[in-house]
Amino acid sequence: MIRGALWRTVRLGVGSLMLHKLRSMLTTLGVLFGVSSVIAMLAIGEGASKQAQDQIRALGSQNVIMRSIKPREDFATGSQATRVVSYGLLNEDLARVEKTFPGVKRVVPVREIPLEVRHQDRALNPRVMSTLPIYRDVTGRVVSEGRFLTAADEAAVANVCVMSDEVARYLFPFQSPIGEKVKIGADYYVVVGTTLSRKRLGSDPALAGEVSASEVFIPLETGRKWYGDMQVKIRSGSREMEEVQLHEIVMEVDAPENVPMVAAAAREMLARNHRQRDYELVVPLELLLQAEETKRTFNIVLGSIAGISLLVGGIGIMNVMLATVTERTREIGIRRALGAKRRHIVTQFLVETVVLSVSGGILGVALGLLIPMYVEYKYMMPTIVTPFSPVIAFGISVGVGIVFGLYPAWRAANMDPVEALRHE
Amino acid sequence: MTTTAAAAPVAALEHISRVYRMGQTEVRALDDFSFTFRQGEYWAVMGSSGSGKSTLLNILGCLDRPNEGSYKVRGEDTQDLDDDALSELRSRHLGFVFQNYNLLPQLNVLENILVPIFYQDVPPEGIEERAVELARRVGLGTRLHHRPTELSGGQQQRVAIARALINDPALILADEATGNLDSTTAQEILALLDELHGEGKTIVLVTHEASVGNRAQHLLRLKDGRIEEVKHNREGKL
Ligand SMILES: Nc1ncnc2c1ncn2[C@@H]1O[C@H](COP(=O)(O)OP(=O)(O)OP(=O)(O)O)[C@@H](O)[C@H]1O
Ligand SMILES: [Mg+2]
Repeated sequence: MIRGALWRTVRLGVGSLMLHKLRSMLTTLGVLFGVSSVIAMLAIGEGASKQAQDQIRALGSQNVIMRSIKPREDFATGSQATRVVSYGLLNEDLARVEKTFPGVKRVVPVREIPLEVRHQDRALNPRVMSTLPIYRDVTGRVVSEGRFLTAADEAAVANVCVMSDEVARYLFPFQSPIGEKVKIGADYYVVVGTTLSRKRLGSDPALAGEVSASEVFIPLETGRKWYGDMQVKIRSGSREMEEVQLHEIVMEVDAPENVPMVAAAAREMLARNHRQRDYELVVPLELLLQAEETKRTFNIVLGSIAGISLLVGGIGIMNVMLATVTERTREIGIRRALGAKRRHIVTQFLVETVVLSVSGGILGVALGLLIPMYVEYKYMMPTIVTPFSPVIAFGISVGVGIVFGLYPAWRAANMDPVEALRHE
Repeated sequence: MTTTAAAAPVAALEHISRVYRMGQTEVRALDDFSFTFRQGEYWAVMGSSGSGKSTLLNILGCLDRPNEGSYKVRGEDTQDLDDDALSELRSRHLGFVFQNYNLLPQLNVLENILVPIFYQDVPPEGIEERAVELARRVGLGTRLHHRPTELSGGQQQRVAIARALINDPALILADEATGNLDSTTAQEILALLDELHGEGKTIVLVTHEASVGNRAQHLLRLKDGRIEEVKHNREGKL
């Protein structure tokens, strides 16, 4: 019977709200937007942070990566037709890391060769990396077909290559690439394996607008033999020679707690050995911590925005309910005369307020779930709706209704019945 | 059958005063007022404007409390009752009919009739059937699901009377129940009240019109918060 009474009160409340449809609708907007923005922003924030963390983890959270970058050209003159620019990581750096760095388990150097990869009439400009077999292990690449580079390839200075799936799919749309030959620059290479494609990472060298990383691996010695340290780039008519000994050195640290130590040592060594800043140090673990910090900040900002919008929504509801109570003074008088106790009046108006805020909350949850879907579809941004966020948002909207409904309901219940009946 | 001492007192007022203070001035809306309404009596209350008729009805209806004196409903002193208990008393033993009907616009006829029952913790068995029966009785059996705005004034007042009867009250209080109605409709409403009186209901009806006042069984005339005249038009039931 108690449940029946509450249900009847809810139905009555809905009925009263339906007498002023537009007003009721407008009143719910505050909570609607508050709730939907909480859910949407949580989902987008969660997605972005998950993505960042995945990317960082894909770099290997126990790795420390040194990378060559071309310094700004201070002395460049357009008149020189041909000149040589030397920069970047040195073989010497590699040797030093191998010999003197404590805590480093494995080190793997990478050289990049800026050449086109071709099969028949299909050509691509992937990131061609000449590296050691352990590269796969250290960076967590996964072989999808065939095998990765081996020590035997290295010893034989073999003309073999491994390509990531999307390169394989493009160059060999109708067949398996294994055992086939591709042309890299002027030389032919036998494809011995493919790796699972992975999303291109923010810290990967940019390759024109691609979503996933196109990669081709060849043995380190093979690359050195055929292409040397000198690379020719033809740019706007002038020929420019670049001399880069190593493009990347990936160090695998033996334990996560040693990562900061290795990073510091690498930083110090590079600063000592390089006169110009022609390198960068990428420490995924530091990035991870940063990303977590950023996420924390984001959550605080988000929480404040949500709190403010719900506060504003709640005040809006309270305002309307106060007006409603005044407007319905006579109704309150009638109900009191017919036997309504104070708590009946409190319940009636509280239920109405909660119905308002909950309908705002429900619509808000719906909208809050739609926005992430749209963002994902339109902007290719990953979003994650944690199942508890709609539940919490819903609970919050009920709470808003109760908190901001109490005062108007209390006012209604404490009206003098005689005065209320006399009210026009 | 006489009404002198035979019937039980339904509403007994003893030395009631209701005083309104407006700054320095003091209005005694009821002044040392003592009177007893008994079971089955039909009283019309008359008097000039401001004589205290509505004040009397509010106190009888437990909507207002006197400043002095005691008021007993069916022998129970209301002085000791808190707000909840007074509400309970209203919902169980009192029926109100107002000048402007005072139906709830968001409810239909049937729901309006049932409002006093909403506020009883344990609604009586078969109360919905009783509401339908009452609606039929006041001639609105075919309009159960109409909203008040879809009814004429007379029909609305009939709904209000049905609502006042739903809890089988000990006392029906009507303040200018016919004040807003044309004479024909007013006659119909009064006929309905006569009928209720005939069934033994206790009724107190405030009115301005002598014809209405003379139609009731007894007439109580007020002046400045005191009794000016008590007149018995008829003895006993109709
Ligand atoms: N809330 C109030 N505050 C101050 N004075 C009041 C209040 N209510 C009633 N009074 C005064 O009490 C007196 C009696 O009022 P009451 O409403 O009982 O008169 P009435 O007989 O019903 O008059 P009417 O026929 O005009 O309805 C009047 O003088 C009125 O001014
Ligand atoms: Mg009056």
